[in-house]
Amino acid sequence: MTTVATETAFAVATEAAATDRIEVLAEGAWAPVCDLERLAPGRGVAALLPDGRQAAVFRDHLDRIHAIANRDPFTGAYVLSRGLLGSTADGRVYVASPLLKQRFDLVTGECLDDESVRIVVHPTRLSPA
Amino acid sequence: MTTTTRPTVLLVGYGMVGHRFLEALADAGAADRYRVVVLAEEPRHAYDRVALTSYFSGKTPEDLLLAEDGFAAKHGYEIHLSDPATAIDREARTVTTASGRSIAYDTLVLATGSYPFVPPVDGKDAEGCFVYRTIEDLHAIEAYAAGSRVGAVVGGGLLGLEAAGALKGLGLQTHVVEFAPRLMPVQVDEGGGEALRRTIEEMGVVVHTGIGTTAVTVSPEGAANGMTFTDGSSLDTDLVVFSAGVRPRDQLARDCGLKVGERGGIAVDENCRTSDENVFAIGECALAVDGRVYGLVAPGYEMAGAVAHQLADKAAKPFTGADLSTKLKLLGVDVASFGDAFGTTPGALDVVYSDSRSGIYKKLVVTPEGALLGGILVGDAEAYSSLRPLAGTGTPLPVPAESLVLPAGAGGPVSLGSSALPDEAVVCNCHNVTKGEVRAAVTEHSCGTVPEVKKCTKAGTGCGSCIKLLSTIVSDELEASGIEVDKGLCPCFGQTRAELYEIVRVKRISTHRRLLAEHGRLGGEGCEVCKPTVGSIIASLAPELEASGHVLDGEQAALQDTNDHFLANLQKNGSYSVVPRIPGGEITPEGLIVIGEVARDFGLYTKITGGQRIDLFGATVDQLPLIWTRLVEAGFESGHAYGKSLRTVKSCVGSTWCRYGVQDSVAMAIHLELRYRGLRSPHKLKSAVSGCARECAEARGKDFGIIATSNGWNLYVGGNGGATPRHADLLAQDLDDDQLIKLIDRFLMFYIRTADRLERTSAWLERIEGGLDHVRDVVVHDSLGIADELEALMANHVSDYQDEWAATLADPDRMRRFVSFVNAPGVEDPSIRFTPERGQVKPDLTLLATEADLLAALDPDNSLLLEVR
Ligand code: SRM
Ligand SMILES: Cc1cc2nc3c(=O)[nH]c(=O)nc-3n(C[C@H](O)[C@H](O)[C@H](O)COP(=O)(O)OP(=O)(O)OC[C@H]3O[C@@H](n4cnc5c(N)ncnc54)[C@H](O)[C@@H]3O)c2cc1C
Ligand code: SF4
Ligand code: FES
Repeated sequence: MTTVATETAFAVATEAAATDRIEVLAEGAWAPVCDLERLAPGRGVAALLPDGRQAAVFRDHLDRIHAIANRDPFTGAYVLSRGLLGSTADGRVYVASPLLKQRFDLVTGECLDDESVRIVVHPTRLSPA
Repeated sequence: MTTTTRPTVLLVGYGMVGHRFLEALADAGAADRYRVVVLAEEPRHAYDRVALTSYFSGKTPEDLLLAEDGFAAKHGYEIHLSDPATAIDREARTVTTASGRSIAYDTLVLATGSYPFVPPVDGKDAEGCFVYRTIEDLHAIEAYAAGSRVGAVVGGGLLGLEAAGALKGLGLQTHVVEFAPRLMPVQVDEGGGEALRRTIEEMGVVVHTGIGTTAVTVSPEGAANGMTFTDGSSLDTDLVVFSAGVRPRDQLARDCGLKVGERGGIAVDENCRTSDENVFAIGECALAVDGRVYGLVAPGYEMAGAVAHQLADKAAKPFTGADLSTKLKLLGVDVASFGDAFGTTPGALDVVYSDSRSGIYKKLVVTPEGALLGGILVGDAEAYSSLRPLAGTGTPLPVPAESLVLPAGAGGPVSLGSSALPDEAVVCNCHNVTKGEVRAAVTEHSCGTVPEVKKCTKAGTGCGSCIKLLSTIVSDELEASGIEVDKGLCPCFGQTRAELYEIVRVKRISTHRRLLAEHGRLGGEGCEVCKPTVGSIIASLAPELEASGHVLDGEQAALQDTNDHFLANLQKNGSYSVVPRIPGGEITPEGLIVIGEVARDFGLYTKITGGQRIDLFGATVDQLPLIWTRLVEAGFESGHAYGKSLRTVKSCVGSTWCRYGVQDSVAMAIHLELRYRGLRSPHKLKSAVSGCARECAEARGKDFGIIATSNGWNLYVGGNGGATPRHADLLAQDLDDDQLIKLIDRFLMFYIRTADRLERTSAWLERIEGGLDHVRDVVVHDSLGIADELEALMANHVSDYQDEWAATLADPDRMRRFVSFVNAPGVEDPSIRFTPERGQVKPDLTLLATEADLLAALDPDNSLLLEVR
């Protein structure tokens, strides 16, 4: 099963096979990340993009795959993939930076603690092995 | 005001009541109407004399100060320390001081307190004889006790028993000598005295009643070495503390012809005015209109308020007499007496429960109609705070008096809720605060917590015995006004951490997912607060839940903060630090060499930490397993610097090498560190063991600290460094090794069970109802009957322990996470670079400034721009 990505679309892994490959869209091309089973619900991994930038890729409790920039804009460190996921009362899923704990919406890239900050969101898809 | 010179108010004596006077004057808005000058005999600002004894359980003289920083400056008060008044000239209205100052006054306020009465026996001035009134007295006793073995207290009253508790705490074999046939003769009757004696004797204090002291015997060098008594007996002792009552300090007043009482005390009228209308006397030096000199602080505070109000031209409440209720603050003994304790009111009836086997004696004095007049509680004074305010109100008790004294299981005890109290009932005796005022703090001044109410009303800031009742009233009131207090852990859970702990334990829930589904108030992902908290609870209880104890297994892995997730501490540039455990700070030269070689080979920055071990900084995630393979091979284990768990147990070198050491502190520190390593808890845990009272390991700054005595170990709990330092309180003393470990096991497990998220033991101890006394009851006296359970939990932890790093290295599944990029194994993270500093490295932060900077720094030919996998 392949979910086609549009702007800010994410793949849903509910019915996917463990060996399906997660991919992220960057600079107009799909870059491979890893097999679905490498990504535990509630956690992230870091992926290197072909142009040298980094993406943080997460799987949330609804089995959706999200990808955002790995760079924490508050400290400049490439660490967002190592943050914990959470959801707000109105159901927005976010990652909290492991450094100073600011939260970033995984769907929109908005920082929930500082409206003026927004980070890049990459569409994702799952490709059967 | 148009006058240029303000009238002078001169306060002589800066003790508790003097300070209250200054506060009350400021509160009444009159501080700037006067030039206020204060003469103090003591070398320090006013302090909490009521809490004097807490000096021996870790309070510093600074902790005991009553004024906030800048208090005197804020109100323009001129305070002269160490300069007592020596004479009053009422004619000229001047006061002369020891340093030769002469100060003119318009109004003079005497608050000189009292002095300890020392019976005129031979040898009373010998070296080794002390009184118990000031911080300086305590310093002197402490210093002298260090070279003493036996100590005796003359006087078995409230203060005498407090002093005896202190001597015991200093490690002396302690005796109390009381002239009356029973202890605390003023407060308790015969039955109560008997129960009290049993309890005191069980604590190892030897009690002699019904004998008077005839002399202190003195060695040829002039030091006390014993005492002789009226019954012809004698006692060998190195140190004597006289606590045979106090006498008002009225000499200044006598010398200038003010009227004084026959048995002492500066006579005042109901406005606290002396026989000279320009002179007031307040506190323990005053003889009130009812013919009494009050040796308690609350009546003094009332007098201070009365005088301040008069000076502020406000309606002042006359002082005609006060309540003499008291509760003993002595370690481990519950004694309280309140209201008409001896049943002197005509027609008064007694309801008594007495069990001399367990040292419990409770007596309530009631009117024939069933209204409470007073009472005496020995051995179990639980009910004091709720009963005292009812005494004398005239309202019949809502339940039969018998049900209030009977023990649990015998049809009682019934505890009275706050609703039983009328609004006029005084809740806080020290500050004379009524229930109505406490309620108003909640409803009118919108105080939502006990600390806010304390600040607003001052209730609970004196002896502390009313805090329990205070919290009940506050929460009842909040509930009644429909204010929802959200005690929930986070948006996802309405329960506190302690409640979740119980749910997890009882329902054996081993995943966050299930706990959230069954007990959460929000569905969804959970959040960065509840995930690690629940992860920690599950890890603490893992053996009971039959869950894996390894924090990287199953769902646990997804709950951990990044530090726990990588078993290392994240640094500002995304690299990690590595801290191997060095139990007790003891390390072999070989061990040091291995750490040095690892650091050198991986280019890590090294630093000795404040916890007596070594931190290696600047490792990338890829390097962590390689570094740990070498460390584990050399016998090192995880130091859990990343976890909310045991950090270090510091040690001093102890009796093995140190000329002062009395126990082997290093061996004990290592033993404790190995026992509690890996234990997950609400916050980090730190400990230390010192080999003697010099305390080189700083044990009193730790969550649990141990100090060696010649008889074993003293255990202190609730210490903290960090932003809000707190010295640990003495929990139990002179323990042998087994007792020590048993108590620590229980203490830690009780803390883990009941603390809030990220609440260090210091904050927990201050927050939980009943404070240190309650914790001591549970941990030492097993008042909740859970000691076995707590010990069993710890035994499980100890047998279940495994080194997280060794286990991780052995498991390919856990190892998979240690790559910088999941799609490019072996490629290093280009954002982590270092630059040199002082012969080592530090993070290169310039690369992190913008993404463009990092990209520009990348070599375009580098294999980074690769077709991944
Ligand atoms: C490395 C070290 C400083 C040093 O170079 O000496 C250190 C470093 C950190 N301390 Fe500390 N503390 C270190 C000793 C202390 C001490 C001294 C001691 O343990 O004797 C204290 C005061 C004692 C105490 O805790 O009561 C101390 C009080 C704190 C606090 C304040 C805690 C509090 O209750 O107020 C924090 C913040 C916190 O935990 O919330 C903190 C937090 C931290 C953190 C974890 C901050 C962070 O989240 O990044 C630092 C991370 C260390 C790392 O990356 O490896 N550190 N820290 C020390 C490691 C000791 C060890 O071997 O484990
Ligand atoms: C160990 C201990 C435990 C106690 N426990 C309790 C308790 O639980 N509950 C309770 O209600 N009360 C208790 N008290 C009693 C309580 O401390 C006193 O009632 C209270 O301190 C009285 O306040 P005061 O200001 O009148 O006297 P003090 O606090 O004694 O202050 C008088 C001050 O005046 C100074 N002074 C004297 N003469 C001069 C002079 N000529 N010039 C300048 N300064 C002078 C003295 O040095 C002293 O600093 C306890 C007392 C002690 C010692
Ligand atoms: S605490 Fe005592 S035994 Fe330990 S090093 Fe210091 S002086 Fe020596
Ligand atoms: S009764 Fe002492 S503080 Fe309230």
